[in-house]
Amino acid sequence: MTPDVATPFPLLSLLLWLPLGGTLLCLLLRHSSNLCRWISLLTTLTVLVVALGMAVSSIGGSGWLFYEDAAWIEPFGIRYTLGMDGISLLLVLLTALLQVAAILISWRQKQRPALFYALVLVMETGIIGVFLSLDLILFYLFWELMLIPMFFLIGVWGHENRVYAAVKFFFFTLAGSLFLLLAIIWLYLLHGGQTGDYSFALDALRQTVLTPGQEMILYIGFMLAFIVKVPLFPFHTWLPDAHTEAPPAGSVDLAGLLLKTGVYGMIRFAFPLFPAAAQKSLPFLAILALVGIFYAAWIAYVQTDMKRVIAYSSVAHLGFVILGLAAWNQLAWEGSLLLMINHGITTGGLFVMIAMIQDRSGTRELGKLGGLWTVFPNLSAFFLLFCLSSLGLPGLANFAGEILVLLGAFKADPLWGGMAVAGVVFSAAYMLRVVQSALWGESKKLARNDDLAVREWLILVPLAALVVLLGVYPAPVLEFLREPVSLLLETGGMP
Amino acid sequence: MENLAQIAMESVNFQAIMPSLVLCCFGMVLLLVSVFLERGRTAPICWLSIIGLVVTGIISINGWNDPQAGFAGGVVLDNFATFFNLTCLIAAGLTILMSDSYLHREGYPVAEYYPLILFTTAGAMWMASGTDLMTIFLGLEVLSVSLYVLAGFFRGQLRSNEAGLKYFFLGAFSTGFMLYGVALLYGVTGTTKVAGIAEAIRLMPDASSNPMIIAGAILLSIGFLFKIGAAPFHMWTPDVYQGAPTPITAFMSAGPKAAAFAAFMRVTYISLDSLQVDMSAMFWVLAVLTMTIGNFVAIAQKDVKRMLAFSSISHAGYALVGMVAWNEVGFSGILFYMLVYTFMNIGAFAVLVLIGKQGEDNLTLDGMAGLGYKRPFLGVAMAIFLFSLMGLPPTAGFTGKFFIFAGALKAGYVWLAILGVLNSAVSLYYYLRVMVYMYFRDPVEDFSWVKMEMATIVSILIAIAGVLYLGVLPGPVMELAKLSIF
Repeated sequence: MTPDVATPFPLLSLLLWLPLGGTLLCLLLRHSSNLCRWISLLTTLTVLVVALGMAVSSIGGSGWLFYEDAAWIEPFGIRYTLGMDGISLLLVLLTALLQVAAILISWRQKQRPALFYALVLVMETGIIGVFLSLDLILFYLFWELMLIPMFFLIGVWGHENRVYAAVKFFFFTLAGSLFLLLAIIWLYLLHGGQTGDYSFALDALRQTVLTPGQEMILYIGFMLAFIVKVPLFPFHTWLPDAHTEAPPAGSVDLAGLLLKTGVYGMIRFAFPLFPAAAQKSLPFLAILALVGIFYAAWIAYVQTDMKRVIAYSSVAHLGFVILGLAAWNQLAWEGSLLLMINHGITTGGLFVMIAMIQDRSGTRELGKLGGLWTVFPNLSAFFLLFCLSSLGLPGLANFAGEILVLLGAFKADPLWGGMAVAGVVFSAAYMLRVVQSALWGESKKLARNDDLAVREWLILVPLAALVVLLGVYPAPVLEFLREPVSLLLETGGMP
Repeated sequence: MENLAQIAMESVNFQAIMPSLVLCCFGMVLLLVSVFLERGRTAPICWLSIIGLVVTGIISINGWNDPQAGFAGGVVLDNFATFFNLTCLIAAGLTILMSDSYLHREGYPVAEYYPLILFTTAGAMWMASGTDLMTIFLGLEVLSVSLYVLAGFFRGQLRSNEAGLKYFFLGAFSTGFMLYGVALLYGVTGTTKVAGIAEAIRLMPDASSNPMIIAGAILLSIGFLFKIGAAPFHMWTPDVYQGAPTPITAFMSAGPKAAAFAAFMRVTYISLDSLQVDMSAMFWVLAVLTMTIGNFVAIAQKDVKRMLAFSSISHAGYALVGMVAWNEVGFSGILFYMLVYTFMNIGAFAVLVLIGKQGEDNLTLDGMAGLGYKRPFLGVAMAIFLFSLMGLPPTAGFTGKFFIFAGALKAGYVWLAILGVLNSAVSLYYYLRVMVYMYFRDPVEDFSWVKMEMATIVSILIAIAGVLYLGVLPGPVMELAKLSIF
């Protein structure tokens, strides 16, 4: 995993710091909300274009597609190292895309717009930073940086119970990541003591010689942070609250992106650094994932708030992702990562749509909704599409990932695969319930009855197109994943 | 015992005491000048004292990498002392900047305030460069006596009186302990020189079981621990911090504390090096106790100033973790942390100074509701300081804690580091609560009384710059801290 592409122009840094630049502009021009809106839209669009350009230019590439390295905090050997392979590329693309959607869905943000857009942009820097960092302290910095804007997004712009949700979110994730920090420092000292080279570089730290006991403790330290973020049952309790109370853009970011950083942390850091411990933990991960799939589906079925249903469905879907990782083979891993991306798009779309529905009907309660199809045929069609994708209908995005995960899981252990299949059925149950009670049945009182506006079309069409495209033809994405995944599996010391 | 006259002839080296000498001179000149100013006119004294601090700072920086010893080895101006000197000077500077408008608002425009701060700082610097227990004691007394006066500076206010008196009584008591310790160590070793004690103890076959040495070491430590505000000698802090004028609280929590750490470190690491195992064990318990008590009691506070007092106890605990580590990293970590703490804590108090009403320094959490919207700048500033106090990147609080805990882990104190981290998690609760009130609650008051005083704003801006610089690019200063080990 050595860099073989040296870009003369620091594209990765551009990608990383562009949103922060937008933040500063927003804060400076905070008196004109219109200007802020456009600045943030342009910023996110630019990031998307740059990321797309990077993707196109690196088709067929291998190793690190982009790489940057510079000295940063020298007394501790901390470096500013960024690297992008196929996995991080796809996740950065997803981030860029969903951020555009997040800005567009909050286009009419009335309450303190400048601050709002500024925070969404800070978050983008944090998330992209997590996907690009190859120095553990740099990674940790961005890992924490994601927290602060989300805390404020939930706490200031959230719904009724926002303060509780914001504090709970902050506390859970930070408590988890403090152990990550300790583990990072300890690993660094062990490595430095052995080699005399004190460094936080992922590549260097992988060479550390650890006793099984040390390895397991360090691994648990890393995984605590990641599992809470994913979130894996039983560490998921912060998620429904955070999702439900967050403003639409916050929900999109949470479900679409923040959860992915946990999975990314596992495959990029925890597994390669501690392969033997990871191997031992796989059955436990699989069990937690399976329990999560069923438990979340079961809870999702009795929720009356649409946002809560989707929140629990995220827990279930991420359960599939983790199950795929636990299966530990090429097929399952590709499936997991694909599912992650597709889940980001599908769930992002669902949260966007719930915001639109809430805008029109004034409620997210399933009991108070009904007959939307007759009033808003276009909106309902899109909603149906995203719901069907979420429940894993063949031909739509989520299915493509899920089927690969299931196949991989069968390969690893037929029992896991068998149980997970049943989980798919469960997800059909709660999603269909949402569709049934929101779209069909008697019409209820509505605040507005205009169908989709242009801005809303602009958000939904690309997302819907991707849902279909990735469902029918996921090959290009898998192409990007193939090499990095096989490298990760190999360097993890596995067949 | 050498001939006194001989000592005076041979070892007078004004270079070694130049910074504190200059600062004392400034203080005395200012006292004189203030006589000729009409009552209530404090601005010239304020600015002159800032100039004094800057001049002293330049002199200190000039002495970098040029260690000077003098006065029969009683004083040494090495990098270690210089680093702490600069920390204390920064603390004093930030404090003075926020003081003038505050004194006028509270109705005590008394010029003597500034020379007193200068004397305190000089005492602190004296402590940092003392290599003889007597010199350190002298520094401590100069520092303490001025602080007693400053804590009770608002003589018409009951709470300030209480603060001054309490600090004085308990401080005098702890000084007694310390002197007892010095006397015992002198009794065993026959010297009060820091290095001499080390030498004598090393030559003793059974030093670590000699009751005189143990008692001496413990009593001496108590004196320092009291000044640091470490549990179980922390009882004075909340009341004194709450009652003292807010800028003085800010100053007390940073400058003198740093000085006490400096002297404490010098004494333990050099004189009591042979007792490392026992001392480390003692510090381990004290560090955990201090962090835990500070954090858990802070949770229960409704008054922001008092909450910050308890938080400052817990931060003394984090710094003590570096003492436990007893290695280069933990040790330079303390230097770095005290500097970081100076910026973030004084910054937070500066915000409190601005949003306090006349005669009501003591803001409740409710009183801060909606501050972030009514006074955006103050809200953002406070948020930055709070995030730093929590220890989140990219602020200095993170790099500081990182430094300290790296030291503890390097020395193998895994559990201590874990307990420290858990304590950080606890501390989130009360820091976040301030944030919740500032941003998630609707404003109750309109903060119309808040005057954005220029000097205070400058002090806040400097603190923000410090917090962000040390958080994002801590490399150079960390390097300096590592070079400052004696």
